[in-house]
This record gives sequence, C-alpha cells and structure tokens, in this order.
Amino acid sequence: MSEQEKTKVMFVCRTAPYGTVYEQEAIEAMVMFGAYEQDISVSFIGDGVFSLKKGQDTSLLGKKNFSMTYPILIDDFEISHIYVEKESLEERGMSGEDLMTEVEIVDRNLLKQKMNEMKALLPF
Amino acid sequence: MKLGVLIKEGPYMHQAMDTAYNFIVAAMELGHEITGIFFYNDGVYNRCSTLEPPRDERNIMKLLSELELKGVRLIVCVAAGKRRGIVNQTVCKVEEISGLGQLLELCITSDRMITF
Repeated sequence: MSEQEKTKVMFVCRTAPYGTVYEQEAIEAMVMFGAYEQDISVSFIGDGVFSLKKGQDTSLLGKKNFSMTYPILIDDFEISHIYVEKESLEERGMSGEDLMTEVEIVDRNLLKQKMNEMKALLPF
Repeated sequence: MKLGVLIKEGPYMHQAMDTAYNFIVAAMELGHEITGIFFYNDGVYNRCSTLEPPRDERNIMKLLSELELKGVRLIVCVAAGKRRGIVNQTVCKVEEISGLGQLLELCITSDRMITF
C-alpha cells in the first residue's frame, strides 16, 4: 500500500497510566491498529507523559506493567511515530532523560501541526 | 458528511453517552451519515442488555437500540467487553460484538471521528 493510501490516525494519550484504565486500553488499541498497515502515531500530552516514565514498578498494584510495550511499539507493532509534548514534560519537571524510550519531543505548536495532518484523533 | 463516533464512558455516571446521542440525532436530522458507533473502555456498558433504569428515567440502552433500527451500526469492542462482563449473553445483540479493527475502519471510512 502506498503512503498516500494510508490513513493517518493519532492516539492522544492524556492520562497518567494506572489511576484509570484508559492508558492500558489505549495501548491495546495501538497494538491492534499496528497490524492494519496504516499510518498510526501516538502522542503524549498532559499527565499522559507519566506513562513513559522510566522505572515503573506495578508489582504492588497487582496490575500489568504495560509500559514495557512502549519501547517496542515502533519496531514490533509498526507504529510510525511517538511524540511527546515538550511543554507537558517541563510542566512536570521532566525531560527526555526521564523517559524509558526514544521519542520525538516536539513543542505544542509542532504537535498541533502534526495533529492537523491526521485523518482521525483518538483521545484517551 | 460521514461521521464515526467513539464512546468511552459508561451510562449514567457520565454525560458522554447522552451528549453523543443528542449529537447523533441532530447530525442525522441535518442529513449527515453516521458510519458507526464504537463502544470502548466503559462505553461497552451502554450496550448491556440487563440495564434497567427506573421507568421515569431515560433508558440509554433503548435509545441506542432505536438508533440501530434506523440503520446506525453499533459495535462493542470484544476485548473491552470481556474485561467487563459484556459478552454474548449480556450484550443487546451478539452481532454487535467485534474487534478494534472496526474502530480503525471507522477512522478510515469517516470524514470525522468524534469521541465522547
């Protein structure tokens, strides 16, 4: 399938990972979408940036540490881009060094442009 | 315009489903096409067949079934449903249960995706 025919869809992750199920079910959807050979991006804004924080340990929560999936989204699940909003990181005292995987850190304006290029946005 | 709808919240606790319903009715009155409603996260509870609110209250499940009679496609995510006990026996119509691929299909075939 040529690049032109692919549909551009972006997941917009806005919530911290374990207080609600949004992040976990978002990542399940990302993994599924990756199998359909479309142009899928993921962006993290607001408290969503906490999902990518290094050193997560969910053993006391009795929950699955689904964060291990983020570093393999691009290579194993055919996700095109992972964007993290620079301002959201800064507002939370974080930088790229706090994140568990290499991502594209973009400022609010650039992320807005990327969002405008999408056919559909799926907020979680 | 072709509109796809994603519902992420359950009935009554959140206004999301009510707002979505009003939006869908208004959009259809204006001649827009609803390509489908996909229920994800707690949204799957909106299609639970055992919902039985007090009689003087709106029955969200019935309102949705009326939309279905008008030809609107309703799709309940099988994975999110299983996690919450919404399965063949507890969903309004077994044919509605399907996979996340259907959500992507809505993204592809709709001019706009609206999330509630």
